[in-house]
Amino acid sequence: MIHALLLVALVATQDTSAGKAVYTKWCAGCHGDNGAGDGAGAKHMIPPPRDFTGAIYQIRSTPSGQLPTDADLMRSIDEGLFGTAMPGWKTRLSDRQRRDVLAYIKTFSTFFADTTQRPQPIKFGSAPGGGSGAEALKVGRQFYDSIGCRKCHGDLGRGDGPSAPTLKDDAGHPIFAADLHENWRFNGGGTVEDIYHRLRTGLDGTPMPSFSDLLENKFLTDEQLWRVAQYVRSLSPAEAPVVRDVIHAPLLVKALPHSPDDSAWTAVDASWFPLVGQVIRKDRWFAPAVSGVWVKAVHTADSIALRVVWDDRSQSPDSAWLGHLGRVLKTLDSDDSTPEQPALWPDQLAVQFPVSIPTGMERPYFLMGSPNGPVYQWRWSSSSRTTAVAGLARGIDRFDPLAAAGVAAQAVYDHGQWRVVFTRGLASSDTASQLPFRTGRAIPVAFFAWDGSNGEHGTRMGISTWYFLALDEPVPARVFISPVLAMVLTLGLGMLVVWRAQQKTSYRRQQ
Amino acid sequence: MNGRILSVVGGMFLLTVCSKGDGSIHAAPPAAEPPTPAADVSVAGGTITGKIKFTGVAPKNPAIDMSEEATCKAKYPSTPTEENVVAGAANALANVFVYVKSGVPAGQTFPAPATPVVLDQNGCRYHPHVFGIMVGQGLEIQNSDPVLHNIKAIAKANRPFNVSQPSAGMKTTRTFSAPEVMVNLECNVHGWMKAFLGVRPDPFFAVSGADGSFKIAGLPPGTYTIEAWHEKFGTQTATVTIAGTETKPANFTFTAH
Repeated sequence: MIHALLLVALVATQDTSAGKAVYTKWCAGCHGDNGAGDGAGAKHMIPPPRDFTGAIYQIRSTPSGQLPTDADLMRSIDEGLFGTAMPGWKTRLSDRQRRDVLAYIKTFSTFFADTTQRPQPIKFGSAPGGGSGAEALKVGRQFYDSIGCRKCHGDLGRGDGPSAPTLKDDAGHPIFAADLHENWRFNGGGTVEDIYHRLRTGLDGTPMPSFSDLLENKFLTDEQLWRVAQYVRSLSPAEAPVVRDVIHAPLLVKALPHSPDDSAWTAVDASWFPLVGQVIRKDRWFAPAVSGVWVKAVHTADSIALRVVWDDRSQSPDSAWLGHLGRVLKTLDSDDSTPEQPALWPDQLAVQFPVSIPTGMERPYFLMGSPNGPVYQWRWSSSSRTTAVAGLARGIDRFDPLAAAGVAAQAVYDHGQWRVVFTRGLASSDTASQLPFRTGRAIPVAFFAWDGSNGEHGTRMGISTWYFLALDEPVPARVFISPVLAMVLTLGLGMLVVWRAQQKTSYRRQQ
Repeated sequence: MNGRILSVVGGMFLLTVCSKGDGSIHAAPPAAEPPTPAADVSVAGGTITGKIKFTGVAPKNPAIDMSEEATCKAKYPSTPTEENVVAGAANALANVFVYVKSGVPAGQTFPAPATPVVLDQNGCRYHPHVFGIMVGQGLEIQNSDPVLHNIKAIAKANRPFNVSQPSAGMKTTRTFSAPEVMVNLECNVHGWMKAFLGVRPDPFFAVSGADGSFKIAGLPPGTYTIEAWHEKFGTQTATVTIAGTETKPANFTFTAH
């Protein structure tokens, strides 16, 4: 009996120490040795890592204010928190390791030891059918407005509502209202069920409240709340965007679309390119606000138009966002010894090409070239939104504008989204520095974006790697004529053979 | 909330305190203490009253831009301001939470009142702005504005919560399970909306009024540490000894900054 007890005690202590070992190796770097969310990496991320000492968790199946269940915690460990620095650990740690570390994380807060704090999961129903139908979406939209989602998430759901600039978490860190068009970045998952669960539980520690009380107050029915979730889901693409390497620019026979909202763009496929923080050169930037760009391109016989669209909650410079900007600079560690003061920076975008189409595999350094290997860039800024500057970058901190720019731009800011069209002639008078565009060739292209209201300027930006732009070749007329000619010829020959055969048959009969 | 009087005096105190001044109250055998209902006891007990002032120049309360919420804005004749420092005549300081920090004998329990504390969201501001509540006492949060408010409690000793009230007439009741000074309440839709509540295990707390005065009554004899908390000016403490049904003063002067 005593042996059994000893064994139980031993197993229990082993669990904690095993969990601690896993924690120290894999988690403490961000979450801190004492679980306070203050590890070495913490000052490089927004949102910051979870502080386990308060036992406040966003992703739960329990009502607001309650502890999460073990299953809730395990889900966050397994899957990670999308759109944040927290990765999923399911494939990296064994079942045993993950269970051990879960048990250890709970020791950071006395709430888990308090037997009066038993989490009671909400009994969620299932989504009513017809969720993607027009009628359901209309109901969803109606309640999206009436329960006030737009206050933070904005009229079109891009996280640009009137209260968005003021949002902060419990610890005073800046926090964005989710861009509801990017469900693959929702912290707790992007399915209709995930969204509905978050509406019921709220995301504790963040400004997102629970809407469960509305059901009890009969403000709306459970079905109507599901419709809100289905409406929110409908704002994002059916599938998360897949990165394709090549932007195809079809040839247009009509006029080049200079305006971002020209109807000619609707027929063109969009390519999505993710952006990440520029963490290579100082000052590094770990919290880019622009998660990616949607790109379309077309060309005519003599010109090219490139349309870049990206979600940005703020039309910078905007003094309403200065408070947010101050919180960002306070939360993140700067490479500079003196912390930067908030200022009214504009939004910016850069499109980068090589100076000439490379003949081999080698391309210039993707991060804005090098002193001896410049890259050709188009730069646009929200402070002079209808112009663009062409120039040569020779490294991240050197940009020399070219006198004869030749590139034009038009821009629209609409409910949390920038849409910018760059246009230029295909040919170039200055072939030494300005890339001549040619059809049928893979032209390297890369993108850079700055959200001024998020503190981004200079080297603090979101960057992509090299991708390709391909101007589809005009199809020569013979491609269409040859098959018709061949068909006519074949038909004619066939008929000749048949006619000849018939001639012979009638000749024999006569004989 | 100002001047809240909850008369809770255990017979044990009256018996023990008459002979004690050295803090050895705990020597009384617990078995001798009957579970006396608070209401049966007379209002007898000591009272602490005082005035709260500040020196220096009070910082200006920032104006609130309510242009996003026309229905809230319409409730004010002129531009409303935040209530960070509410000063009365002669530098009197309102909205100071004053409570007995220590001195109430351990083991003495006080039942939570059945009546809830009401927190009203009206004109996109909280009423009251600073208040006290007992552990286990209901906090009834109501919305008098036809707009979305969320009510987020930021707490450490208590579980935090964040609930929403998108229309006028909605009510939610919450309770707090542990003493905590202070729990912050905020609305994230309206970043200027803030309220502070002190959660106490006993009824010995008050909030200073517009004239800076407060009153804590029904105190059993003993030596108490009184703390005064202000959202901008910090905390101050004083020690007060109550020997019977007397009224003792405790004045606090904060320094504006």
